[in-house]
Amino acid sequence: MNTAVAAPETDPLLASVPPAIQLKGISKAFGPVQANKNISISVKPGTIHGIIGENGAGKSTLMSILYGFYKADSGQIFINGKETQIPDSQAAIKAGIGMVFQHFKLVQNFTVLENVILGAEDGPLLRPSLNKARGVLKQLAEEYELNVDPDAIIENLSVGHQQRVEILKALYRQADILILDEPTGVLTPAEADHLFRILDNLRKEGKTIILITHKLREIMDATDTVSVMRRGEMTATVKTAETSPERLAEMMVGRKVLLQVDKKPAEPGKPVLEVENLRLTDEKGVERLKGISLNVLAGEILGIAGVAGNGQSELLEVLGGYANATGTIRVNGQEIDLTGKHSDGQSRRARGIAHVPEDRHREGLIMPFTAWENTVFGYHRDPKIQSGMLMDNAAIKAEAAAKMERFDVRPPNPKLAARNFSGGNQQKIVLAREIERNPDILLVGQPTRGVDIGAIEFIHQQIIRLRDEGKAILLVSVELDEIFSLSDRIAVMFDGQIMGERIPSETNEKELGLLMAGITDTAHAKMPASPMAMSEEEVQEAAEIEADAQAESELTPEVPQDAEAPSETEVKLTTTDAGAEVAPVEAQVDETAPDIRTDAAPDISADDETKTEAPAAADIASPTMPHEEPMTFSTDPVDVETPPAKTEAISLGSLSATLTQSTPERPKSPDTKSDPIKDPEEGGKDG
Amino acid sequence: MDKMPGWADAVLVPLISLLLAAILSALVIIGIGEDPVAAFKLMVDGALMRSSGWGYTLYYATNFIFTGLAVAVAFHARLFNIGGEGQAMIGGLGVALACLYIPWPNWYVALLGATVSAALFGAMWALIPAYLQAKRGSHIVITTIMFNFIAAAVLNYILVNILRPQGAMDPATARFPEAAQLPTFQDMFSTAETAMFRGAPANVTFFLAVFMCLAVWVLIWRTKLGYEIRSFGQSESAAKYAGISPIKITVVAMLISGGLAGMMALNTTMGEAERLVMNATEGAGFIGIAVALMGRSHPLGVLLAALLFGFLYQGGAELALWTNIPRELIVVIQALVILFTGALDNMVRMPLEKLFLAARRKA
Repeated sequence: MNTAVAAPETDPLLASVPPAIQLKGISKAFGPVQANKNISISVKPGTIHGIIGENGAGKSTLMSILYGFYKADSGQIFINGKETQIPDSQAAIKAGIGMVFQHFKLVQNFTVLENVILGAEDGPLLRPSLNKARGVLKQLAEEYELNVDPDAIIENLSVGHQQRVEILKALYRQADILILDEPTGVLTPAEADHLFRILDNLRKEGKTIILITHKLREIMDATDTVSVMRRGEMTATVKTAETSPERLAEMMVGRKVLLQVDKKPAEPGKPVLEVENLRLTDEKGVERLKGISLNVLAGEILGIAGVAGNGQSELLEVLGGYANATGTIRVNGQEIDLTGKHSDGQSRRARGIAHVPEDRHREGLIMPFTAWENTVFGYHRDPKIQSGMLMDNAAIKAEAAAKMERFDVRPPNPKLAARNFSGGNQQKIVLAREIERNPDILLVGQPTRGVDIGAIEFIHQQIIRLRDEGKAILLVSVELDEIFSLSDRIAVMFDGQIMGERIPSETNEKELGLLMAGITDTAHAKMPASPMAMSEEEVQEAAEIEADAQAESELTPEVPQDAEAPSETEVKLTTTDAGAEVAPVEAQVDETAPDIRTDAAPDISADDETKTEAPAAADIASPTMPHEEPMTFSTDPVDVETPPAKTEAISLGSLSATLTQSTPERPKSPDTKSDPIKDPEEGGKDG
Repeated sequence: MDKMPGWADAVLVPLISLLLAAILSALVIIGIGEDPVAAFKLMVDGALMRSSGWGYTLYYATNFIFTGLAVAVAFHARLFNIGGEGQAMIGGLGVALACLYIPWPNWYVALLGATVSAALFGAMWALIPAYLQAKRGSHIVITTIMFNFIAAAVLNYILVNILRPQGAMDPATARFPEAAQLPTFQDMFSTAETAMFRGAPANVTFFLAVFMCLAVWVLIWRTKLGYEIRSFGQSESAAKYAGISPIKITVVAMLISGGLAGMMALNTTMGEAERLVMNATEGAGFIGIAVALMGRSHPLGVLLAALLFGFLYQGGAELALWTNIPRELIVVIQALVILFTGALDNMVRMPLEKLFLAARRKA
């Protein structure tokens, strides 16, 4: 469909090229709420266009209009310069638009192939379609690093791979325009990194990509142009290179935003919460907590950093009383029951532990309940709010109104159902409930997830205020910025263990990034000055060498001394995370030359090393990664079962780049491979 | 904001559903060559215009209030108790045993005792499915429906082999003693000059049913337990976070539900038949599901829906008696009401919501 624009595509800046997508004056209202107001936007072919805005700014509505889920009240849509009606998603697909939803639309117990052809079958018999799809998938995998085992069952795939299937689905339907709605929300940093490499490849092939997100960092890293939405209006469209995160944030909320939090130095007192050797094995038999020990002192915030899924949620659940674990927990010196009848949320609250759970939709609030009913949730048995046999609803309502006033919940209407509040205001209701109980200990999980920037400031202030009142606060967050700005001490969790504790002023994102990847020996793991130590040519070269080595796996590998056992090489590949690919070929292409460092020579610098060691790595990899069982490599670090043992290769450049805001200029080229770092201490075998 | 004001949701939607069901029923009646207006007049005449008609309507409504409340309470905990039928049968056994084997001094003490006994028996019959659901994850719908069959078989066995008086042909218990017979509306409201509710089975349990509506409302909306039941029903994960035991709530909600269903037997067994017969429940356990659906699981809604279904039952009986409209058609009409008020709820709701939104936008 691009034939008309094929020629000018070589210079997309020419004004004569019709934009891939052009929206003119799109408006859409839901009842009294104007979700989109007169929005116009134009996206050039072959670019990545970011749309950023707070929750509820209207980003998703706009994209739903483009994909035919909603009908705009007014306005026009032009695809490749031609006005197009998009009454439903079928029409959108026909127009070459593909959408990757935040929550994937995959049939869990179908294979990848079956999912890809679903709705795009060629005839009544499946076999020809499946065969055709297999060929197309293979080709796409080569073109875009979109490697997924076509015969894998979806539910066995990691989230990152499932997302790739979604992208493949769109490409299989010949999408030229790809819309991704908050694609990284569910991904680990390494998976996110891989995704952006895929997007980059797609862009190079002339595909147009719209990236919806509220993460400034992703916009800065990945996009060519960016549009900012605020309250249903498009406030600005700028070239990404010509703006800054601060400027974007300001445009998003319409005022200057302090990304830093003002706080006094902590005045820690005695330990209030002491945890010793906490262990938890889930119902699948996977050990989620492997002997956690930590203390939280009065008047301090202990931040738990870590990639999601490394046991932080389980830790909160155990402390909050709704998961069973073994070990010891002491509150103000007194041990609490960890199992049986006296271990539940009620008993924890009685001991002065308040808990702002990670997921306010599933746990923190009852969405259909009114705000006032939610303000006593979990504390509803408190004798103070009973009158005789009944609950004193009048008193609860009055108290709720006061709490909502104090916590600036908008609208301050206690009779409104919780689901009718925005994310930030819902979170304020939860915080108001927990903080106003004046607990000794506050557990906070992801306090600002899905919360708009204005509310983030307020929530952070409240947490710090509680700290200054001498309470012990345990903060779990996957946002490293948040951990840094709030915590007085930072503990890093990886694979159900605490990898280390740091003082924020004495550490940096890179060091934490290493710990989050399970590497404790940060002193020895020398970082290259630049995460992009390897040039394009070098990457190319390394990849070629690898490919060769792959082809002739007979080659005698130049195995480092301590890497002789196959398990060690497996370990390496498992932990490379983004590189843990379907087939060995990918593993190499992706993660590129994971170089191996031995105990004996722990600090070879990355520059020299990559070239010399790359072939060795490839050689080691090939015998242990048979084609037959490609999907056994999990990208989820939690699945790593064996204790840290041997080698590890981590694509650190990608990791730190995704985790920190301080490296806004991450190049788009996919050469994060260049600085793999291994630590002799770490590793694990695939579960 | 909510899309519709509360009153529209609670009143307008069921009313329009009802109207649609009525229109469709009228078409069916026309289809078999009868006059729908005359038929409707006859139904109203038979069910509402005479006190004896009211006596039947209220009698049926009493059954439906109990079973509707039973389903509603379980609904609040997101448990679908379709075992009301079986629980009511076993509740009837409780009533019969209490009435036959305890020498009550007078009817109100007997009613009190029989109420407790009926509720206990009904609750016990709900306990096993509840326990299986809570501890083993056996689906409550499957277990309760199977328990309906078991209840029928158990009752059959007990009536035929144990409780049937010597020489009687009927699989039923002996007549309850005088002191355990409840006053009917005829006894209560007739004066020397005018007989009211003549021959109608409505009895004092109707007031107990209305009282239970109030009690359930207090339980669900005003007590800690009700708060926990509703919390658990809306979000099990949140309930766990709050320290509400899913096992406890499942079991307790089902016990209350089973107890309410069991109490239905007071009306049929103690109030009307004055002995326990086979099939005393007459399908009221299943009608209770429709009643709870239509009443939005709110006690007031259940009361109103039960009255409606009482009217349909009695009016239907009149139709079958006086016209050529077969008995089965009444079932069709009832089914249409259930279809529109329960299953096709969204068909009415969504256009209404749009209307309200449009109106609000203009305002």
